[in-house]
Amino acid sequence: MKLWMKVAAVVLLVYVHTAGLLWDVPRLDILNESIRAVYFHVPMWFGMILLYCLSVYYAVRYLRNPLEEYDIRSVEFAHVGTAFGILGLLTGMLWARYTWGAYWHGDPKQTGSAISLLVYLAYFVLRASLENQEQRGRLSAVYNLFAFAAMIPLIWIIPRLQSSLHPGSGGNPGFRAYDEDMDASMRRVFYPAVIAWFLVGYWISTLRIKIRKLQLIHINS
Amino acid sequence: MHGSWLNAMNNLVALLRKEFTLELRRKSVISGIGLYLFSLVFICYLTFNLRQNVISPATWSALFWLVILFSAVNTVAKSFIGEKPGSLMYLYMVASAQEIILTRIIYNFILCLLLGLLGYGLFTLFVDNPVADTSVFMAGLVLTCLGFSASLSLISGIASKARNSNVLMAVLSFPVLIGILLMAIRITKNALDGLEAAASRDEMLNLVGINVISGALSYLLFPYIWRS
Repeated sequence: MKLWMKVAAVVLLVYVHTAGLLWDVPRLDILNESIRAVYFHVPMWFGMILLYCLSVYYAVRYLRNPLEEYDIRSVEFAHVGTAFGILGLLTGMLWARYTWGAYWHGDPKQTGSAISLLVYLAYFVLRASLENQEQRGRLSAVYNLFAFAAMIPLIWIIPRLQSSLHPGSGGNPGFRAYDEDMDASMRRVFYPAVIAWFLVGYWISTLRIKIRKLQLIHINS
Repeated sequence: MHGSWLNAMNNLVALLRKEFTLELRRKSVISGIGLYLFSLVFICYLTFNLRQNVISPATWSALFWLVILFSAVNTVAKSFIGEKPGSLMYLYMVASAQEIILTRIIYNFILCLLLGLLGYGLFTLFVDNPVADTSVFMAGLVLTCLGFSASLSLISGIASKARNSNVLMAVLSFPVLIGILLMAIRITKNALDGLEAAASRDEMLNLVGINVISGALSYLLFPYIWRS
């Protein structure tokens, strides 16, 4: 990871926290000030999806050319992606407590995200129960790809079929609904937030990958 | 080119025939699965105390699909788990990985479908038969069984390589199957309410889409599992 990316991540996060907590936000019924969750909750999902995409990308590369480095990359991106997913779920639950009245509401979006987390938790269980390194890499790469393809319909299709209270679906006020008549002030914070959180996730992953590679050299020597 | 295609078809048919002959020879396995299904339905009957109570259509479809899910996972699990190393070695020598996964998917599909029909019969006998539109229900059943067999065959191959295969089979397959299961329950709900077939079209198309994706992925990815 380049130095300027790390600097950008820190600068953008400072900006997102200051602006996200202090700047004016549109006044909307029900949502009120909780609309600021857009800056902290939604980027978690963007980060999770992007990190999982990277994990799948390295799973494919591992299948084509079984180098242990690809396996390490794949699993570490999945680790950090899952951490982002858990944070996304927790921030979403906190938000739901104040907007919908309960931490768990059974909303299709909540169900879908919980299921996608289950998929990757199953992936870690699979890795833990395979001893041979080469076999572990290959089988978990296959499951990673397969489960990712099965997860996509859950996250994108099913919530659109069912009625959902989640902002942005149905007739509920969401991000898309007001960004045309309101000024673009929210987007000025939201897009940097997505980039910054993803950079942080990528940064953590590269650190973990480095540690794993050092451990590998230590074991082999 | 034409010849090789024909050859592959012949191989497929031969492999399928082998699966069925072997299955019919091991009577204990078939009767075991049948008894498993029967016990599940009977437990539902007893625990819901259905002699006095009537369950709502929504509960009926949830119960039905849970029973089918559990028996399908257990049935398909044994397609690679518990297979003797010798017979796997033999298969490895006579057939390509693609042929093996295709036959397993077809074979498991037929098995799942039989389980589904048997389960439907048992539910009619013990619980109730609230299905208003049988053709929609059957179409949903066929598509769901196809999805189950396409995903479960591959996952059974993965789980068979690990230490605690049976637990792993359930852990790996449930999250992957939830999408299929949700669609199936929605179609069943429509069929129970007797809505016209057009009402379930979106769900059917989604199921077809999921089936195509999982079938294609199983076909493409299985060679990587099979190699070891």
